[in-house]
Amino acid sequence: MLCQKCNQREANVHITKIINGVKTELHLCDECARESNEANISIPITFGMPMSFQNILEGFMEMMGGIPHQLIEEISCPMCHMTFENFKQTGRFGCGNCYSAFNDNILPLMKRIHGNIQHTGKVPKRSGGILKVKRDIEKLKNELKMAVANEEYEKAARLRDEIKHLEERLNNKQDKE
Amino acid sequence: MSFFSKSNDSGIVLTSRIRFARNIDGMPFPQVLSDSASKKVIDDVYSALLNSSFSEAKNLKLINLKDMDRLNMMAMVERHVISRDIIENFQRAAIILDNDEKISIMLNEEDHIRLQVMYKGLMLKEAFEDANKIDDAIEENITYAFDAKFGYLTSCPTNVGTGMRASVMLHLPALTFTKNINNILNTVSQVGMTIRGLYGEGSNALGNIYQVSNQVALGFSEEEIINSLIAVINKIVDQEEKAREIMAQKRSIALEDDVYRSLGLLKFARSLDTNECLPLISQVRLGDEMGIIKEVDIKKLNELITLIQPATLQLLDKRELEPKDRDVVRARMVREYLK
Repeated sequence: MLCQKCNQREANVHITKIINGVKTELHLCDECARESNEANISIPITFGMPMSFQNILEGFMEMMGGIPHQLIEEISCPMCHMTFENFKQTGRFGCGNCYSAFNDNILPLMKRIHGNIQHTGKVPKRSGGILKVKRDIEKLKNELKMAVANEEYEKAARLRDEIKHLEERLNNKQDKE
Repeated sequence: MSFFSKSNDSGIVLTSRIRFARNIDGMPFPQVLSDSASKKVIDDVYSALLNSSFSEAKNLKLINLKDMDRLNMMAMVERHVISRDIIENFQRAAIILDNDEKISIMLNEEDHIRLQVMYKGLMLKEAFEDANKIDDAIEENITYAFDAKFGYLTSCPTNVGTGMRASVMLHLPALTFTKNINNILNTVSQVGMTIRGLYGEGSNALGNIYQVSNQVALGFSEEEIINSLIAVINKIVDQEEKAREIMAQKRSIALEDDVYRSLGLLKFARSLDTNECLPLISQVRLGDEMGIIKEVDIKKLNELITLIQPATLQLLDKRELEPKDRDVVRARMVREYLK
């Protein structure tokens, strides 16, 4: 059935009105229905959670983010491609990597919610272990830079071996999983 | 199906729950996860548990929510075994349960894994120990999304850190009656805790039942959170007992009258809706605990709190019912239960 208004597109909105016992029917396409006043039973809009957590969140972000607005809009998570803008609207991250992708921008929010920004609770044995090795490697790499800068080549060589050793261990650990 | 586990029933404290939110490293969170990846989460976690050192794993069963009818799902919400939110994602979600529903692991709710352990009475430490054991067992075969700074990474920033929510359900009729409850509400929120109604966020404290839980998950250890929650609960229980003492000293006929009227309604009404029923149960429960009446078993009253809920009621009656018919069935069931 074609739309009764534009006579061009397929009618997929069907309105039946009964006024004082008189029944009238109207068949419209999406586009005409949206324009028409007949169909203000518009397409349902989901607002997400009934709680206005997102709104509050968005407020905080705008209050505290010292970064120009268009820059924030461009930030996105390289892994799940969630944009920071999207996070602000939904209040939900797309994946674990979002935390490091949005790091600087979510710190004020974390502080707001928890009053703290450093986890002190349980550490998983497995990912905690990998994490520790990663952090050790970072630390050694910094030391290596310093050593090279100070022309302490013997120390630098030792550090390089240590880093190599740790990186091998890290690869083994990750392969096992 | 067992509705209630057998551990000790307490008066003011109804139940204790520990919930851990966990996610699998390198995998998008459930709300943006494909069907096939969602299925993989379910399979991976279940087999991780079965192949772990957790000795009771063989007693756990996996249920895909899509294989369950809506009434059974809603009844599980009423028993606090699953959350209302998981039903919205029922096509991709599953639960792992033990026989008495003490352990329930929701898969693909807001996070990949929501591990819950529930006990009767004030048993937070015991619940935590169990949850911790199961958490370690899952981790033997699965790498969690974890960050040295932010802790366990969760979909919602309010859960990040320990990913833990410890919550205790309390029956506080005297504090409500003496209008002291608002003071408690304010104080509790000042110490990083939150207080809600019987069915969590947004629900009202019908039947004078409240849930107190930690609000903050980052920056404190699990033990610190649990200890401070226990301290808060003990204080609230103290206050409730004091309020009851004062009510008892006054020995007002009004209180006795209220209790007996409530019992009378429960025993003889021919139609009861949930909103009417819960406050009546609360009143009789208070009367029972204060020694005003002795003829009703408090265990039965505790069970009634769940049994009168719409979905549970319909399951017991083995048919779907219109709200009006439900009220009639509810009244009949309560009458029979209190005989």
